[in-house]
Amino acid sequence: MIGRIRVIAFNTFREAVRDRVLYNLVVFAILMVGGALLLGRISLRIERLVLVNLGLTAIALFGIVIAIFLGIGLVSKEIERRTLYTVLAARPVRRWEFIVGKQLGLIATLVVNAGFMSAGFFAALLYLQHRFEAADRFLLVALYFIVLQFVVITSLALMFSTFSSPLLSTIFTFALFVIGTFAEDLRGFGAMAGGSTRALTSALAYVLPNFAVFNVVSEVAHSIPVPGRLILFNSLYALLYATAVTSAAVLIFDRRNLK
Amino acid sequence: MTAIETFRLAKSYKVGFWRKREQEALSPLTLAVQEGEVFGYLGPNGAGKTTTLKLLMGLIYPTSGTATILGRPLDDPKMKAQIGFLPEQPYFYDHLTVRELLAYLASLSGIPAGDRERRIETVLHRVGIHDHADLQLRKFSKGMLQRVGIAQAIVHDPKLIFLDEPMSGLDPIGRREVRDLIQALKDEGKTIFFSTHILSDAETLCDRVAVLNHGQLRGIGVVADLVREVSGRIEVVWEGTAATDAIVQLGAETHSSGAIFRAVLPEPLLERAVDVIRRSGSRLISLSPVRATLEDFFLEKLEREVETGSRVASGEGAS
Repeated sequence: MIGRIRVIAFNTFREAVRDRVLYNLVVFAILMVGGALLLGRISLRIERLVLVNLGLTAIALFGIVIAIFLGIGLVSKEIERRTLYTVLAARPVRRWEFIVGKQLGLIATLVVNAGFMSAGFFAALLYLQHRFEAADRFLLVALYFIVLQFVVITSLALMFSTFSSPLLSTIFTFALFVIGTFAEDLRGFGAMAGGSTRALTSALAYVLPNFAVFNVVSEVAHSIPVPGRLILFNSLYALLYATAVTSAAVLIFDRRNLK
Repeated sequence: MTAIETFRLAKSYKVGFWRKREQEALSPLTLAVQEGEVFGYLGPNGAGKTTTLKLLMGLIYPTSGTATILGRPLDDPKMKAQIGFLPEQPYFYDHLTVRELLAYLASLSGIPAGDRERRIETVLHRVGIHDHADLQLRKFSKGMLQRVGIAQAIVHDPKLIFLDEPMSGLDPIGRREVRDLIQALKDEGKTIFFSTHILSDAETLCDRVAVLNHGQLRGIGVVADLVREVSGRIEVVWEGTAATDAIVQLGAETHSSGAIFRAVLPEPLLERAVDVIRRSGSRLISLSPVRATLEDFFLEKLEREVETGSRVASGEGAS
């Protein structure tokens, strides 16, 4: 079982690499080199702040775009091209193994991609500061939270991919990402309202993904420490949310006729 | 032992905007294929052949009925490790080379890493694509992809192989090679279930065939027995034009080559035809029984269905 999931995950990763998904790294590298050179010329003591904001936002954005665009095709493309016939029809592969393998493959792609971008980001930071500071360790936490975001987004894109067209899956996933980014506002709105509106907004706030909790870019840019409790909470939240959404994807895909 | 067994296996789809109308893709199908058999599944396009194969492969779910393969349910992983499947018009991960694809699928089938290389080499030679093993699949022609499809269906040495239109997209030499391959697999004791609309292939290879049309099973049995149903026709050859009109009146179509005429008649009309030819003063040249082919059986079944359909449409069938 683990072996089959690993094999499917590796094939998904290999496909992404050969489809030149990692080419985005070139754009990121240009962004980082350009940013570092430009910021090196100004000395308003905000160089670090700007570079951290630029770097982490770019890493998150590049990853999210890849997560959505690859995720929405993970299953639907396989059905459309009928490539999964040879995998599911006459191999001892269960449908849930296929889903989990595809998801892990995409997450691995995003982690490797984020890893390369992070290396570039830290190189630019070193160029700018000439050394690493103690507060820079929180940048690793911010990067970890970005990866957690990828896990949640991947599971959403994958779930939509099991029953919807690529276009609709893109719209649904992107819409949930935008709503999830403002999840805290939704909760605030619910707290201000009363009666059924309050109940509805509270329910929605818990059901919809909360991407706001993963965003600590502003804090780490200002060298504000990230509490250990938040790291634990976010890890559990991402794990549980992604598991729930992936389970829904498995349930849907398990019942689906692969015409 | 029974390799494949279906009992009233049926599939229908809900169609239309509100999905209220049901369209039957496969009427309740009951059949059994024995181990070691080469079983042909015949029918024109849209007959329900691919639907049956997809049901057996667990790609779609039946509306009703049951089926087992090698005595196990259709979703049993142990059974799945022992079967191979060539889909119709196969398409593969085009970022992979043939060798990588086969390694990927063989590892999913649970073939140990040590054994994998040897099996891949063997199968690459067997289907004749060894020279292209390190080429990415996106560069392959339709015929080559068909060979890759066959390779992946047998790379894990399955006991039972399902082939959906295995000759599709192949040139005559390729078809001949695939026919030889199926024969070789049969000789190795494999069970083969293959769908085709090329009747000569089925006639050459199959121990038994099933004929399907409009989702319904129209006949099943040994090829010789099936064609016997439509045999009993005689070819009459004579010289002289005088008898032609009378023969046409018997319901036969005549063909001529100079003064030589030829007609194929049902056996019961033979005596009348001979009588007509003699009385007209024509010279009877030969009488020979016509060997029926699977194609004759097939066409007769389809024609009979069209006739029945038009009788029902015109109200004759209603009572």
